[in-house]
Amino acid sequence: MSSGAEATFPVLIWRGKADGAFRRYEVPRRASQTVLDIVTHVQRHLDPSLAYRYACRVGMCGSCAMTVNGKARWTCRTHVDAVAGSGALEIAPLNHLPIVRDLVVDMAPFFDKWAAAQGEFRATATRRDAFARVEPASRARRAIDATIECIGCAVCYASCDVVGWRPDYLGPAALNRAWTLVNDVRDGAGGSRLRAVAGDAGCHACHTHQSCTERCPKHLAPTASIAGLKRLVAVAAVKGRL
Amino acid sequence: MDADLPRQESVDFAARGVRAAAWRFVLQRASAAVLAFCVIVHLAAIIYAVRHGLTSAAIVARMHASAFWPVFYSVFVVAAAIHAPLGLRAVADEWLGLRGRAADAVLAALALVLLGGGLYAVRSLAA
Repeated sequence: MSSGAEATFPVLIWRGKADGAFRRYEVPRRASQTVLDIVTHVQRHLDPSLAYRYACRVGMCGSCAMTVNGKARWTCRTHVDAVAGSGALEIAPLNHLPIVRDLVVDMAPFFDKWAAAQGEFRATATRRDAFARVEPASRARRAIDATIECIGCAVCYASCDVVGWRPDYLGPAALNRAWTLVNDVRDGAGGSRLRAVAGDAGCHACHTHQSCTERCPKHLAPTASIAGLKRLVAVAAVKGRL
Repeated sequence: MDADLPRQESVDFAARGVRAAAWRFVLQRASAAVLAFCVIVHLAAIIYAVRHGLTSAAIVARMHASAFWPVFYSVFVVAAAIHAPLGLRAVADEWLGLRGRAADAVLAALALVLLGGGLYAVRSLAA
């Protein structure tokens, strides 16, 4: 792991809070290097005061998302080769969330919106009831298949133009979660959840730009989930059930 | 999927706001569908008139003779008066920070201007 004769390349990393600035580091360039490897190298060998967040390193936990060369990405599974075409790398904290320090953002507003969208499962059965039987090929279950793999990394939220324009917008991840639960036949909060996501700052604020769908590292389509909610809300409004 | 939606027991303002938002969405999509049809017919009529060398006087004369065109353009005007303010509502919110009752008042005024001006124009053609 000696860095003596290795080729290095310049990496700009955001330091400080919202009024901070980029600082330049020379980092050894290695094969199969991820952006998270770069940040870790800086913290361990060049500047131990650098703050960043990660946990699993294998794309499961959703904690290492950052803005890499202007786009939100999961850094543990983003190869430097794939993003640093010209050789330079610029790493910043996620957009639309308060910066705690350096590359760490406060995720509270993001998860507060999951709560506002009633993103928690509300059971209708007790432990004494039999298991629910859900047909895997049913339309509702297949709709859940398309949404359930969200890891809560906030890449979609940081990529969403509408969140930037109106900060009270619930955002793609919270609405994707609401759509997942609306399709869950075991869940009992469908009506109140639809009302929670049907306001001006809910599904109707989406402009269908599809940045969330383009950037989602899990290749989910929050735009489709939001369209599903719009459809369901419209039907409920027309039928007088909203 | 919508079978489990309970009826709202009591009227609260948050729920009323949600229903209003949902209805704005429904109205904007419905008016868009009407406008899509009307714009195509309108463009076809313009192309027909131009290709046949009709003068404005001839066009007005044909409109006078028809019951269809005044009704058609009245529907067109109503759809536009619904659709345009609803679309501008999002623009006013995101770009001007204008929302809530203030936005509703401004956009209701715009709807009335579009409706009044449009129907006046249709009436003067049909009269």
